[in-house]
Amino acid sequence: MTELNLKLSKNTTGRYGEYGGQYIPETLMNELDRMTKAYEHYKNDPEFKTELHDLLVDYANRPSLLYYAERMTKDLGGAQIYLKREDLNHTGAHKINNVIGQALLAKHMGKTRLIAETGAGQHGVATATIAAYFGMECEVFMGKKDTDRQRLNVYRMELLGAKVHPVTSGSMVLKDAINAALQDWTKRVDDTFYLMGSATGPHPYPLMVRDFQSVISQESKQQLQEKTGKLPDMVVACVGGGSNAIGSFANYINEPSVQLVGAEAAGKGVETELTAATVERGSDGIFHGMKSMFLQNKTGQIKPVYSISAGLDYPGVGPEHAYLAKTGRAKYVGITDDEAVDAFEYIAKTEGIVAAIESCHAVAYVQKIAPKMRKDQIIVCTLSGRGDKDVASIAKYRGVDIDE
Amino acid sequence: MSKIAEVFKNHKAFIPFIAANDPDFQGTVNNVVALAKGGADLVEIGIPFSDPVADGPVIQAADIRALKADPDLPMDTIFDMVAEIRKQTAIPLAFLTYLNIVFQYGYEAFTKRCTELGIDGLVIPDMPYEERGELAPIAAKHDVDLIPLVTPVSGDRIEKIAKAATGFIYVVSSLGVTGERSEFANDLSDLVARIRKVTDVPTAIGFGIHTAEQAAEMAQIADGAIVGSACVNIVAEYGEQAPTKLQDYTKQMKAAVVGNPVR
Repeated sequence: MTELNLKLSKNTTGRYGEYGGQYIPETLMNELDRMTKAYEHYKNDPEFKTELHDLLVDYANRPSLLYYAERMTKDLGGAQIYLKREDLNHTGAHKINNVIGQALLAKHMGKTRLIAETGAGQHGVATATIAAYFGMECEVFMGKKDTDRQRLNVYRMELLGAKVHPVTSGSMVLKDAINAALQDWTKRVDDTFYLMGSATGPHPYPLMVRDFQSVISQESKQQLQEKTGKLPDMVVACVGGGSNAIGSFANYINEPSVQLVGAEAAGKGVETELTAATVERGSDGIFHGMKSMFLQNKTGQIKPVYSISAGLDYPGVGPEHAYLAKTGRAKYVGITDDEAVDAFEYIAKTEGIVAAIESCHAVAYVQKIAPKMRKDQIIVCTLSGRGDKDVASIAKYRGVDIDE
Repeated sequence: MSKIAEVFKNHKAFIPFIAANDPDFQGTVNNVVALAKGGADLVEIGIPFSDPVADGPVIQAADIRALKADPDLPMDTIFDMVAEIRKQTAIPLAFLTYLNIVFQYGYEAFTKRCTELGIDGLVIPDMPYEERGELAPIAAKHDVDLIPLVTPVSGDRIEKIAKAATGFIYVVSSLGVTGERSEFANDLSDLVARIRKVTDVPTAIGFGIHTAEQAAEMAQIADGAIVGSACVNIVAEYGEQAPTKLQDYTKQMKAAVVGNPVR
């Protein structure tokens, strides 16, 4: 079996080049400092690591499969395609990897209440799940637009015992949910742990999330080695805030032969106003506790963003992605709604996998690039989540009327 | 001594806040001038931000109104407002905004423009002590005070924050976001005492103060009281009549604050 002893990164500054930092109200600084120190301590604590390992294996169903997509490979006629099946994890997405790690840290810090933001609902569901498992109180902040388009996940969170707060401020999506969660946290820091879902926010979040998600690439590297004896030529993952992508990239960043590609949500098109393609359209800024890249106007007001995918419509990326983009180590490409929906149907029909619309942004890029690559080259594409939650909205997108 | 610190020299200070461009350009000018006429010692002008995480619903709503009126709301428009205000009053002014606004304009250009217009200080809620290094030397060069926040949970951070402060120290009355409230943290006196042990920089308490009684109580503890949401509410409620109301309100609040002996 794949060894799951997580190699946790040595970065302790919270800076990735000029990006990162802790641009957050004073009220939260001591709490972040406590969290940073606790994390630095526990990540080297053998007991913590054993607990983390056991939960990942026995509860989250790790390691996830590295699946050779033979039909897709044949059909596209180029590179060999392997899918890293995070959709097969407990709760149906990569989000559980990070949630287990942070909740375990919260427990060791003596916290009894977890709060979280969620976009599509996957992170909220994962947080509600682990809160139920640990017997902790859980409140999830979710933009009103997202509670409307992901009603099933709202119900799922409630079923798991969480309280869901629809957020009606701002554009009522993920960024507004993060604002609301941060505000709630400033009111109640003593017993509350803010469990952030993406590799975004102030230090230590981008670092912790990257570490906990790096299990994805740790496994895929080993699994591909076992299957082919090779490194991949390219790793592809979708990027909103960038948690599954940073986890998919982490163990390859120091392997210069491996190309890293993040698929951003271009919405109606990278050049349109209805987009969430932060790296291509955004610029450096400071928001949600970090210096990174954001979609914003000249004055610095954060722009409303758009994507068919609730999990990708965030106006920023995590600071390490900004750094990877700036240094050219990773490439970021925009995938439109249309392309993602086509990919959603394509992978369902060719491989029999209903993948999350978020993940289908990565699949769409694979469809484009694989035919241009040699047959002896290898792509590892992360399927970050399963697509059951999206079926109704894809049907609607295609004009099919179904009874939910 | 900085121009802002001088405000506190002879009496306790009353510091009102309003959001720029709420409801519009001229309204902002009129409202700030009214606050000055009412006897405010220093006015904080909030530069609207799309995502004001440290602010409660009242100031959030003001920011939304201001940005609805002008979605781009260029920083230069706000500097023009200040230039208009300066034709009518010499009252000390400070900006309250989020760091991205300053970052986008450029730290050098922003603080230079502040000095030219007599903006003497900046309150930036999302720039904690650890991150002030990128702006502090530039602000110092242009004599713009970076006014830090200290909260009831700042603990061991108080001393280092206070030692680096210029202008005044913004003491946050309680946890959470801005907005009217009826109760404050009960150890504010201890907090202020800890600050005074390491610095002579004055303190002003804000977050939640709206009545004259509260302002008087806070001015007993600290060197001044800051009132935001209550002023913003007056602007929202009274529209064109807001200047008169703001002037009356300021008179009343100032009287409550100033009656307290200086330390």
